[in-house]
Amino acid sequence: MSNTLTEGGAKGRAGDKVFSGLTLFAGCLILVVLFAVAAFLILQAMPTFAADPAKITGGEGFWVYIWPIVIGTLIAAVIALLIATPVGIGVALFISHFAPRKMAQGLGYVVDLLAAIPSVVYGAWGIAVLAPALVPVYGWLAENAGWIPIFQGPASQTGKTMLTAGIVLSVMILPIITSLSREIFLQTPKLHEEAALAMGATRWEMIRMAVFPFARAGVISAVMLGLGRALGETMAVALVLSSGALIPSLIKSGNQTIAAEIALNFPEAFGLRLSELIAAGLILFVITLAVNMIARWIISRHKEFSGAN
Amino acid sequence: MPQLTTTSPAPVKRNSLTKNQLPGWANWAVLAGSLILGAALSTLIGFNVIAWALISAALFVIAGYFVTLSVEGGRKAKDRFVTNIIVAAFIVALLPLVSVIWTVLAKGIPGLSMGFLTTSMNGMTGAVDNASVQNGTEVLGGAYHAIVGTVLITLWATIISVPIGLLAAVYLVEYSKGGALSRAITFFVDVMTGIPSIVAGLFAAAFFGLMFGPGTRTGFIAAVALTVLMIPVVIRSTEEMLKIVPNELREAAYALGVRKWRTIIKVVVPTAISGIASGVTLAIARVIGETAPILVTAGFVNSINWNVFSGWMATLPTFIYRQLMNPTSPTNVDPSAQRAWAAALILIVFVMLLNLIARLIARIFAPKTGR
Repeated sequence: MSNTLTEGGAKGRAGDKVFSGLTLFAGCLILVVLFAVAAFLILQAMPTFAADPAKITGGEGFWVYIWPIVIGTLIAAVIALLIATPVGIGVALFISHFAPRKMAQGLGYVVDLLAAIPSVVYGAWGIAVLAPALVPVYGWLAENAGWIPIFQGPASQTGKTMLTAGIVLSVMILPIITSLSREIFLQTPKLHEEAALAMGATRWEMIRMAVFPFARAGVISAVMLGLGRALGETMAVALVLSSGALIPSLIKSGNQTIAAEIALNFPEAFGLRLSELIAAGLILFVITLAVNMIARWIISRHKEFSGAN
Repeated sequence: MPQLTTTSPAPVKRNSLTKNQLPGWANWAVLAGSLILGAALSTLIGFNVIAWALISAALFVIAGYFVTLSVEGGRKAKDRFVTNIIVAAFIVALLPLVSVIWTVLAKGIPGLSMGFLTTSMNGMTGAVDNASVQNGTEVLGGAYHAIVGTVLITLWATIISVPIGLLAAVYLVEYSKGGALSRAITFFVDVMTGIPSIVAGLFAAAFFGLMFGPGTRTGFIAAVALTVLMIPVVIRSTEEMLKIVPNELREAAYALGVRKWRTIIKVVVPTAISGIASGVTLAIARVIGETAPILVTAGFVNSINWNVFSGWMATLPTFIYRQLMNPTSPTNVDPSAQRAWAAALILIVFVMLLNLIARLIARIFAPKTGR
């Protein structure tokens, strides 16, 4: 009886070679693609770096054009992180250590749903619901805290400001921070937790003494990954922010991020302007690549020492 | 020297184990108290539900701390305080989710009709929208072209990225021996998950721009951009699934004289197929909602285009974006907003369905791990 699994001698040997070659090819293709992303962005961005500074948008060269936008990108990402980090860690702790065991998994799914909603829908929600709701808050801030530069008035009457964009971004990166932190919190050795509780620690003391030291590296890298996402997020900012020059106030219209700048201008761009936007994309690529690499490096270092696997 | 004293037996019925503990109803009493006080305080500054909720929550956290402090002591009070803060964080995280879903349902359902699903925006001008607002008639035009574009572009992205992702994952799990190459691939796959979607779009645009002249925009270029975003997700999930296939299965196949590649195709992959399928479905769900890469690679049109290799294409996300940013009729934006929200509802339903399917596949056909 011939069996489909065992038939064929030399043919099978060739099949082995072909198949392993195919898988190796696919693996290398990943590296090639990442390299190609960098290579083609650099290639298409070259004209901008070589061009006469007077011809660049703004007329003073590429770096003068790009730095306010880079700062704007960082501001938006920092606002998002400041909000999403404490909330995300709180939610992760709630799911891993506070919620009733039976509910925990279901709650995890619910928070993951936040990640499933497309970014353009968040953007639309930002304009339609969040921005109008924040207008009175901004008005109050401008009146009562206007002496702080970031709350300088007069406040935007549409609510389409940097702070709104940052809040929308924070909602979008929340599920990333939450799900990664949750995984790490759940990996805390049960013995450490039980030892702490047996010594009479309250739940919070147990978390502070057993869970946090174990999870520190993991949480830091989760936050870094959230930062990477916030830096590169396009549509929420493009829709929510009414952009302009770089200003310190977060409650006036103004500021811009790299991703939104590209999305807003790319459809009409050609020639040197196209190259400029691709150069901006290259800068964004380099920044997010660095952030992600640091995050992954922390995770991989953590894995070797944790003994969790 | 501490002075030894004999303590007289406690006169109350509570035993020493439950001494200095708040009764179970104390938390609810504090909650009720802070809700009432919160209502009173918020009425002072002009009552609204948000102010009431905020003030009550703050009161609850503070009162909980001091009530516990007075009975149970400082450490327990801190524990209570942190517990309340963490529950509050969870509720805060749920608010946007509920708000987004509610908004999309409330604004999207009125615009949803058979006409919306089966017509495109071809020939829809501002005049048509103005007329429908003035006469109070139904909003014309729809998202059929965008649905077609979404399905085609996502389909092509899936066709390209699934084989590559699968093979690469097989390489990482079955063939690599933990060498430098496999570690590099694993590392860069992780890094690739973090590539901003617009950069993936720019890459595809730059690549095809060099080959077919700048400004070339087709659905296929968009599919390539989505592929860059999709491959790492497929690899990661497939890798995890292949890793949990028990080694006994492989060894049994080898013992029967089966070649390695046939073992992989006939034994390893079929065992893990449910997890792989659900991972692929989640990857599709991730890229189907991408807007920015489509915008820079496929452009935007109002008419139906079935050909991914030539001509611009629209997808649901870009449709939403354009209807919001450039309303068809600048003077009457309501019809455009209605169309945008209806499209958002369709898109969310797509994404949620995909997520649900992924979870069902994973649960029903879960691999037998031999435990």
